[in-house]
Parts: sequence; C-alpha cells; structure tokens
Amino acid sequence: MAQFNLPANSVVKPGKTYPAAAGSGRVKKVVVYRYDPDSPENPRTDTYEIDLDTCGPMVLDALIKIKNEIDSTLTFRRSCREGICGSCSMNINGSNTLACIKAIEEIPGDIKVYPLPHMPVIKDLVVDLSRFYEQYASVKPWIKTQGPPPSGRERLQSKDDRERLEGLEECILCACCSTSCPSYWWNSDRYLGPAVLLQAYRWIADSRDEATVERLEELKDAFKLYRCHTIMNCTNTCPKGLNPAKTIAEIKKLTAATGS
Amino acid sequence: MVISILHRITGAVLGVGALLLVGVLLSIAAGPGTYEVLRAYISTGLGQLFLILWTLALFLHLFNGVRHLVFDAGFGFGIEATRISGIVVLLATVVFTAAVWFIAWLNYGMQA
Repeated sequence: MAQFNLPANSVVKPGKTYPAAAGSGRVKKVVVYRYDPDSPENPRTDTYEIDLDTCGPMVLDALIKIKNEIDSTLTFRRSCREGICGSCSMNINGSNTLACIKAIEEIPGDIKVYPLPHMPVIKDLVVDLSRFYEQYASVKPWIKTQGPPPSGRERLQSKDDRERLEGLEECILCACCSTSCPSYWWNSDRYLGPAVLLQAYRWIADSRDEATVERLEELKDAFKLYRCHTIMNCTNTCPKGLNPAKTIAEIKKLTAATGS
Repeated sequence: MVISILHRITGAVLGVGALLLVGVLLSIAAGPGTYEVLRAYISTGLGQLFLILWTLALFLHLFNGVRHLVFDAGFGFGIEATRISGIVVLLATVVFTAAVWFIAWLNYGMQA
C-alpha cells in the first residue's frame, strides 16, 4: 500500500557542515544523506565543502575524497569506477544514476546525494538489495535447454539472433530503474520491477534458450508483470541508456500472443 | 511521470463526474422543475468552472489513453518520443477543451 509520510524515525534532519580548508580554489558543496544504524538518532544530511581543484571529475571522486580526507565514516558502495559494475548507484540531485559516471560539472549548484529511493537503508548510501536479487533469481537468469548441445561444440547464434540481445545484455543490475519506479515503490513485494523484467526478457529473446513458453507463463501475472503502467521513469533514469519500458512492452505483447 | 499521475487523477475525477452526470440525467427525467434548480447551480461561475475542469479531465484521459494504446502496441518508447507525445497530449487537451467551450458559449451564451 502506498505510504505518503515517512515514519517519525526516518525524517531527515539537517546535520553537520564541514567547511572547506583555507586556501581552497573552486569550492563545491556536497550534501550527503547520513544514517547510522548503531545510533538512535534520525537520519541527517551532512554538508561537505570540497575543493574541485584537487578532486577528480565525477561525483564518486568527490565521495571518495570526502571519505579519504574529511570523514572516514561516510559509507557507500563502489568498485569499478567506470560504469560497469553497478555498485555506486544512488540518487544524485533527484535522479538515480551511477556516481562514477555522473560528472560534477553537469550539476549546477550543490550536489545532493541520497541512497536509492524507497529501499531499506543499511547505512548512509548503502541500501538493502536482497529482495531485488531474489527477484532476479526468480526469473532463472541462465540458459535453459531441452537437448544436449550440437555434437560436442557450443550452441551457436547467427549475427541477427545476437543482434536481438543488444540493449539487454548491457544491463548491469544497478537497480537505478527499479528504484525510480512508483509502481515498484508501492508493490515491490509482488511486482518484479523494470530491471528484473528486462533481464527476464534478455533470456526470452535469446535464440538459444528453449524455455520461452515456460518463462512467459511464469511472468503472466497481474502483479509480477502488469504493475508496469508505462510511467517511463525507468527509461528516463537508466545510466546505461537502456530502455526497460520498451522491453516490458515486448513481454506484454508476447504474453498476449501466447493466449490462455 | 507527471502525465502518468495526471492520468490517474483525471480517472478519479471522471469517476466522480460520471456520478454527477447521472444526477443531471435524473433531474431531467424528474421533470423541468428539478432541472431548473440544477441548471441554476451549474450556470454559476463555480458550476461552469467545475464543468470546464471536467471537460479538461475528459480530454486528457482520452488522449493519454490513446497514447497508452500506442505504447501497448510497442511504439513510441524513446525518451524524446515520449516527451513529444506527452506534450502533444497536453496541447490537444487544451485545444479541444477550448474548442468545446468556445462552441458552447457561442451557441448558448456565457452563463456566468
């Protein structure tokens, strides 16, 4: 059920400000959501003033600089720093994106950094994605075949068949799309969400997979699939430029075509 | 996202509006006397405003419904395409509502 107010212990309070060091060049304010599970206090937003002259170009560089030089308690996930691992997904100035490929230069004014929306926060910018991963596992994201591979070699694909996986296999499961979707905010217990549906379609569209009918039957559900109301937040926010809304529409067309 | 939430709101407005429309029909069925009473209400500035808002809701829901039919057929999913189709829906809503009320006032005179 939709929830319109934050619980009292989740209301965000203003936090500390860490002024820039004397003699700083170009100063930028970074406002970061902070939550410490070990403290009884409410979440807060801390403000860090950083010197852009000694900072890398991306928002992730700013966060790493803050953690290294100003406040080592700041907690966030990061790994590849080049937009391929999907770890540093967060909400930056109102949009879900990857901190490592979001340029500081693109942001006018202060940088506001929050965890992915409507997810349980573990600490600071780290959210609990357990259910998201369970939902991913539920679509059985691996190739399912009936018979053995043709005479001792791998299962081949034509160039055209491989072409159909473009725009699908690039998904890195960062969860930016799913956590931007109002339908997923309200029904994440039963609606699979754009990321997982895109992944489901990645296997439906694979010419080597032989479980298409089974997969479609599994998805044909008022909640799992049809809570998508084509709101388009997913496509608008995807940091990899993919189109989950379009792939969900393709699944809807296929489930309609298979009848029953 | 804005049009998506407007679609829901206008859907609810149209639901309530449909009940009021039944009320209008019932008052007509009950005879000229009762209809005159109702007409006095909807002829006021506030009454006309509600009717205009209802017309706006009707057209927005109608045109966005068509937009969603196109989506469900698998077309128009680019970021730019959805932005443009959204603007077209809003423009068409305003133009059609204005046209309806222009014709209504031209033929029957402004009531308020």
